[in-house]
Amino acid sequence: MADFAWTIPFWPALGWLVLGLVGGHLPRRLVAWIGCGTVALAFAAAVAARATFPGEPQERTLFTWIAAGAFSVDAGLLLDRLSIVMVLMVSGVGLLIHIYSVGYMAEDRAYSRYFAYLNLFMASMLLLVMGRNLLVLFVGWELVGLCSYLLIGFWFDRERAANSGRKAFVVNRIGDAAFLIGVLLLWTSLGTLDLRAIGAQAATLGAPVMVTASLLLFTGATGKSAQLPLYTWLPDAMEGPTPVSALIHAATMVTAGVYMIARLFPLFTHPVTVVVVATVGALTAFFAATIALVEWDMKRVMAYSTISQLGYMFLAVGVLAPAAGIFHLTTHAFFKALLFLAAGSVMHAMHNVIDMHMLGGLARPLRYTAGAFIIGGLALAGIPPFSGFFSKDLILERAWEHAVGGGSPVPFILGLVTALVTAVYITRAARYAFFDQSYREPHPHEAPPVMLWPMALLALLSVAGGLLGAQRIGAPLLEFLAPQFAEAAPHEAAPGLFVPVLSILAGVAGVAIGWLGYRDRRDPDLGWVARLFSRHWYLLDLYDGVLVPAAKRVAVLLAGPVDLGVIDRAVNGIGALAVGGARGLRRLQTGYVRQYAAIILVGTILLMAYWATR
Amino acid sequence: MLSLMLFLPLAGGIFLLFFRNPRAIRGIALGASLLSLYVSIVVLGRFDLHGGMQLLESYSWIPAVGIAYRVGIDGLSLPLVLLTQLLSAVSIVYSWRVDMRLKEYMFLLLLLQTAMLGVFAALDFFLFYIFWEVTLVPMYFLIGIWGGPRKEYAAIKFFLFTLIGSLAMLVGILLLYFNAAPRTFDVLSLIQQQPLAGQLRLATIAFWGFFLSFAIKVPMWPFHTWLPDAHVEAPTAGSVILAGILLKLGTYGFVRYSLTLFPQVFQQYASLIAILALLGIIYGALVAMAQTDLKKLVAYSSVNHMGYVMLGVSAAAFAYGKPDLAPAATTALNGAVFEMIAHGVITGALFLIVGVIYDYRAHTRGVDEFGGLGAILPVYSGITMVAMLASLGLPALMGFVAEFLIFLGSFGVFPGFAATGLLGIIITAAMFLWTIQRIFLGPANPRWKGLADMDTRELVALVPLTVLMVIFGVYPRPLLDIINAAMTTLVAALR
Repeated sequence: MADFAWTIPFWPALGWLVLGLVGGHLPRRLVAWIGCGTVALAFAAAVAARATFPGEPQERTLFTWIAAGAFSVDAGLLLDRLSIVMVLMVSGVGLLIHIYSVGYMAEDRAYSRYFAYLNLFMASMLLLVMGRNLLVLFVGWELVGLCSYLLIGFWFDRERAANSGRKAFVVNRIGDAAFLIGVLLLWTSLGTLDLRAIGAQAATLGAPVMVTASLLLFTGATGKSAQLPLYTWLPDAMEGPTPVSALIHAATMVTAGVYMIARLFPLFTHPVTVVVVATVGALTAFFAATIALVEWDMKRVMAYSTISQLGYMFLAVGVLAPAAGIFHLTTHAFFKALLFLAAGSVMHAMHNVIDMHMLGGLARPLRYTAGAFIIGGLALAGIPPFSGFFSKDLILERAWEHAVGGGSPVPFILGLVTALVTAVYITRAARYAFFDQSYREPHPHEAPPVMLWPMALLALLSVAGGLLGAQRIGAPLLEFLAPQFAEAAPHEAAPGLFVPVLSILAGVAGVAIGWLGYRDRRDPDLGWVARLFSRHWYLLDLYDGVLVPAAKRVAVLLAGPVDLGVIDRAVNGIGALAVGGARGLRRLQTGYVRQYAAIILVGTILLMAYWATR
Repeated sequence: MLSLMLFLPLAGGIFLLFFRNPRAIRGIALGASLLSLYVSIVVLGRFDLHGGMQLLESYSWIPAVGIAYRVGIDGLSLPLVLLTQLLSAVSIVYSWRVDMRLKEYMFLLLLLQTAMLGVFAALDFFLFYIFWEVTLVPMYFLIGIWGGPRKEYAAIKFFLFTLIGSLAMLVGILLLYFNAAPRTFDVLSLIQQQPLAGQLRLATIAFWGFFLSFAIKVPMWPFHTWLPDAHVEAPTAGSVILAGILLKLGTYGFVRYSLTLFPQVFQQYASLIAILALLGIIYGALVAMAQTDLKKLVAYSSVNHMGYVMLGVSAAAFAYGKPDLAPAATTALNGAVFEMIAHGVITGALFLIVGVIYDYRAHTRGVDEFGGLGAILPVYSGITMVAMLASLGLPALMGFVAEFLIFLGSFGVFPGFAATGLLGIIITAAMFLWTIQRIFLGPANPRWKGLADMDTRELVALVPLTVLMVIFGVYPRPLLDIINAAMTTLVAALR
């Protein structure tokens, strides 16, 4: 494999270093070139990796990172079929979003800081998908989290942005702690953290260890990929600049959990794990879609949509169809990034107005943006021939087979219902934003070409991306991935028309309901159901009303009454008893202690002198 | 060689007493400290990774009672010696603007440096005990004279706490001495002899004697209450030394003495001590979260981090006599020692950071009084971010390597405890991020509009520490190899 291929993550890292150290002194044009150029180089290296890929997994060790006792772990990279798909997608979509940012952030004061963070993110994400062992993966995993934190809070003088960034990091940390326990358990049981070795030896683990380890890692995934119950940070993450939402919180970072499970797939094949992953995925898909139905902030609609679509991906790996999951991950990256960039273009035109109450009728002034949004929306709704149809349909087919083959029917049913709800909410959003006349701003301007071209390319990918998995032309992506998941149940070639027809019906019906149901520019009165959805099925009340205040109260209680009132006094008391007798500290005057200190000093000097002169 | 390194700072301290010019005094102080640092780098160059205890020096002192001047260095003490040198030099640089009673101040700092080096290098209990006690004296005066408003209370509290511990340790030392044959204070010979191996009751008494002394120093929960007071009142350099090195005397003692001299007793109580460590981890982090005084917050975060160290040490103790757990024990000890260094670098930096904002700028440490400083002090914010992220264990920074090894090793010994300890990393993350937010993020507080960013003196003190956090996070090998060789030997000797 070409040496150039191994340089993938280092280009953006270099960009980060340069921009981070001297970016503030460089002209904006150069900052943009460095920011985008390094990512373009990474993409070129990824293409080289694909072109020169010999078929067998390739590894490279950089140096021994940590070695202590029996433990040793390398800083090593791995390029196999799965990581090649990921680096191509990450660097490709990343490049487009970098270019879009040149236009979107043109007015921002902290231009170089923005591109420095974005480059650091790219380097971390590429490291995550190229890491050869769990620990390198974990480094990438944490660093993308850091970048997410930094970029959500990019406009840190806004209180809400700062809050959201912190929330994202802390909620992720909860998952990460579980993830780390899983790592520890795997090392203790297998004596290796090498990803391929874990995959190969997973079957030798006893059932309890296998289930425990996989569920611990999965808990980490629910944090990073915003699944139930750790999804709460992602909607708030929309406080960051919109290209960041597109790149980190839709296309790449949030899919890390799916990638991780696909990467360690053999570990996740125990029936108990399978049920948990598929159920959590299906529930999240449905749950988040219902919230998207009643949300008025266009970006947050997209955020819940992302959570929901990630649920589909987990559903896929949960019904033992990792290739379908990765396929959906790829098409979703295209169309969801497109939807976000289109939303960003709306914000750009409307001076950051994103509340759909204030939008409407934008299809006329923002022709291209509207077109992009509609293409992305149709892909999301699963209408053929747009890409989303193929990947979502494949997942539903596999869920159906899973159910027919004796597995749980829940994933299929929820998956199908969610397909309907998805089509409804995205049509609702499109109608509110782009149709019927009502926007307030008198003269919204279409985005500049530097923003439109990336959208055009993503639109093309959103339309044609389905070909990657279309059986008729040999499903190039699925074929390419097939050897990776040889252990997964082989795919029967005759799926029949039953599932695709249902899936198309759900999509079309959803679009129709969405179009007709919201024609008055207001939500139909759903009564308590709407309240149920907008309160996140009352999970919000549990989190913000009970758990978070409780944790804060414990901290204050410990710091005040307990630490100062009990422990300090107790220990002081014992100390006083021991030294000063019953009357306590006060009897010991300052002079006494000073004297004692002085005595120690003098005594020492005398002892030293004795030794010196003896 | 080692003696030269040990006494150079003290010699410089005595030498500067003859000068009156403040510039000369500062110059001599820094010169002596750097010279000693240079000697320790030469020591590092001559250090043989697999040479065990080396560069031994031994001179007879009071032969009648088996006391001698014995020093030596191994892979456990060498990193701590280097840390001491680094933080001492940094403290002197940071203290460049001290005017009040400058001569005494610098003398005490240099005396402290010698005493701390002595504790790590001493191989004779009598000598060790002297150095151990002498560290108290300069710190007592540093807090008591250059400290904040409640300096008297804090200084006395600090002194009494540690003094009680010292007395308890003295009992332990004497028990060892009187049961050895021939009677000696020679540490290596005592470890060889294991004089209390057959007498469980005496060994238990001696163990708890040492324990009390070390546990107060660490400080382990619930002996930690002197720490926030001492830190809050201490001058910045004093806090740096206190958190960076003096706390390590306790954990060093656990590894060097408790583990090797009383392995059976330590093994017996390892679970109990691990529970105390866990309490320190979780309790320290929670209490830190509730603090509004930035310095107190960092102080409680030390309680949390030293809890990690003790978790690793108690895991190693628990593994005594169980050969199949030896690899895990080695890993845990590696992590514990690495954490000592990491915490020294990171928390040393954090106390400097508190000093930068408090000493010559805002004159307040109220976390809630700031806000939006990120826009006003970009360099300061950047360095603080790195240090706090390192402290909360972000991978690719120094703290992560340490915490990971500790958890990895202790998980192999007692998985339940290790998993519980991981709660700490969630709370510390919440705590530090909230702190960052309260100080640096949000709308800029107009009260601090005019603050200047860091000056040369502060950069010289802080940049090296920050760079080390990154280097040893990405490439910990140079440091870890030294520690690993020593810990492998130590665990092997325990079996």
